Amino acid sequence: MVTRRSPYPYWFVLPAAVIFTVLFLAPTIASFWFSLTRWDLFTTQFIGLENYRQFFREPFLVQGLVNTVIYAVLTSGAKTVLGLLLAVLLTSGLWAQGFLRTVIFFPVLVSTIGVGITFSMLMHPTRGLINVALAAVGIHGPGWLTDPALALYSIVFVDLWKGIGLATVIYIAGLASISPDYYEAARIDGATGRQMFFRVTIPLVKPATVTVVTLSLIGGLRSFDLIWAMTRGGPGFSSDVLASVIYKQYQAGFYGLSTAGNVILFVLIGLIVLPLTAWFNRKEVDL
Amino acid sequence: MRMTKCSILAASIMSLATGVAHADVTLSILIDTNPETIASFDAVSKAYREKHPDVSFDVEQRAGGSEGDNIIKTRLATGEMADIFQYNGGSLFQALKPQETLADLSDLPSQAGILDSFKKVVTSPDGHVRGTPFGPAMGGGIFYNRKIYAELGLTPPKTWAEFMANNEKIKAAGKVAVAQTYGTTWTSQLFVLADYFNVQAEVPNFASDYTANKVKYANTPAAMRGFEHLEEVAKAGLLNADFGAATFDDGMRMVATGEAAHYPNLTFGIGNIQQNFPDNLKDLGFFAQPGTDAAKNGLTVWMPSAFYVSAKSEHVEEAKKFLDWIGTKEACDLMAKAVPSGPYLVKGCELPKDIPPVVSDMLPYFEIEGRAAPALEFLSPVKGPALEQITVEVGTGIRSAKDAAALYDQDVEKQAKQLGLPNW
Repeated sequence: MVTRRSPYPYWFVLPAAVIFTVLFLAPTIASFWFSLTRWDLFTTQFIGLENYRQFFREPFLVQGLVNTVIYAVLTSGAKTVLGLLLAVLLTSGLWAQGFLRTVIFFPVLVSTIGVGITFSMLMHPTRGLINVALAAVGIHGPGWLTDPALALYSIVFVDLWKGIGLATVIYIAGLASISPDYYEAARIDGATGRQMFFRVTIPLVKPATVTVVTLSLIGGLRSFDLIWAMTRGGPGFSSDVLASVIYKQYQAGFYGLSTAGNVILFVLIGLIVLPLTAWFNRKEVDL
Repeated sequence: MRMTKCSILAASIMSLATGVAHADVTLSILIDTNPETIASFDAVSKAYREKHPDVSFDVEQRAGGSEGDNIIKTRLATGEMADIFQYNGGSLFQALKPQETLADLSDLPSQAGILDSFKKVVTSPDGHVRGTPFGPAMGGGIFYNRKIYAELGLTPPKTWAEFMANNEKIKAAGKVAVAQTYGTTWTSQLFVLADYFNVQAEVPNFASDYTANKVKYANTPAAMRGFEHLEEVAKAGLLNADFGAATFDDGMRMVATGEAAHYPNLTFGIGNIQQNFPDNLKDLGFFAQPGTDAAKNGLTVWMPSAFYVSAKSEHVEEAKKFLDWIGTKEACDLMAKAVPSGPYLVKGCELPKDIPPVVSDMLPYFEIEGRAAPALEFLSPVKGPALEQITVEVGTGIRSAKDAAALYDQDVEKQAKQLGLPNW
């Protein structure tokens, strides 16, 4: 690997470097310090690793961690698979294709909190549209958000509804960049539609897959707003994820403890995403 | 700077014209969104402005619950607090570092007329009073629907067993016996918190031993009972079908309109009914959460919230002047007229004669010695932040009362350690 000299003079990058240092680098480093203190915003007292010890003793941390992973893997996996299928469908010259693309993408533009509140109304156990509709055909609908076994999955569903448009658009761009020559060649060789999908489309759309998986996995691991708007981690602690556990410590005024939680989240995302990206990049070279 | 010069100029012109050395001042004030708060503040601010035309108010509203705690703490710490703000006394007040962040109000003349029981919960560790009462004292207990009680020939229970017997009769009549509203999570704590009168009746030094880490919920049968009640009510199938999603507003509506017979909550819910269902106010009744012994029946009391002055305010003197007036009988009478939902803690300040039945149900507890006791949060700085999630779990049947009490003890330990309390 050869290090190239940047074509830009140093003063050119200075404004960006200052903003980055003041707004990102300094707070990140400061957070490592505050995570080692008992901090009530007025005073700090150094207590070593006590916050980390406390955070790992948090009774719902394990469940929160498991929920975080379930949530991230489910949303990321489904967005990748369904996003690709929808993209293939919406580039196949379908009737009203442009309109359908808009419809799929539209939820991405809506505020997450707004979506959360709307769906918690729709999922209300007795007055919600979903259960009212089910009751009309004689089915007694469950408490989508009030049944502890269901709440997390209901939120996953809403996250998919809201986020799938972005994955689809990335895949549509990825599909558009595949040269039609490959399909033509495959067709001359007598490839079936299925073979073309698995042997041409999937390998060549890989850069888009990498983007979708990475973005949706990071998004899933640090997801908070939708969960908070819909259940606040409840009922009880059953849909708590790492971010909501951290936020609750912050709300309680345990600022040092919640900062320690954020450091842990930072490390966790790094541990999952960095090897994944490295693996993806290696495969890209192999291709 | 220009502002200052302008106001100095204005002040000197005014003093020349009228001989009064007063500058126009705008006091910023942060209050919560409760209908009772707004009604009280409207009444007193209007009267104060008539007396002091040079003072105006810039009112800002905030959320309640832990969201509100967060706003108050952050704004105090960053120096962004309004001149005056409304907030709870007791453990929440103590968490604000009051001796550093709040102005000292102990020298205000009106403090002499305020009951000591209130002053105690707004006194910082250095012995100075920092708040003045705003609004009525509240009871934590059980609202009931008087129409349903009359229809089924029931009487307000004095023991838990009588309460459950009433519930069975209501259930047998095909009605919802107890409304629960876990969509507003804090409401799930009431059976535990409002049981404190019964806890202290049985274990008189619970609060001090609890603060000193000598007793726990899980090893004190009297304290466990609140959790057990919550479990019992859930298991008996007495609740509304949407208990997991219903909100505080739903709960108040249900008990006032007869959709449910009981709803455990704080009496500030009366303001909600006054605003949303004024015609049903007469159907609303209230009793203290019953314990084991009918002879020791009494009410757990929540102190009114208080007005505080931020120590960093630019108008400390003007703000203190306003708060001094808020503490007078004159201002208190105005509030009592606007919000007659509980007793006021200023000497000589009386409620109007035509109070709704729900308030007259509550007053005897305050009038008879030994029938009211402050809630634990006014006696001890120790209160775990996860109680509302834990009580939702018990009320939903996810966790047993026994487990829940042990888990809450763990939560409390975390809070005490984060506060740096001795003995923890």
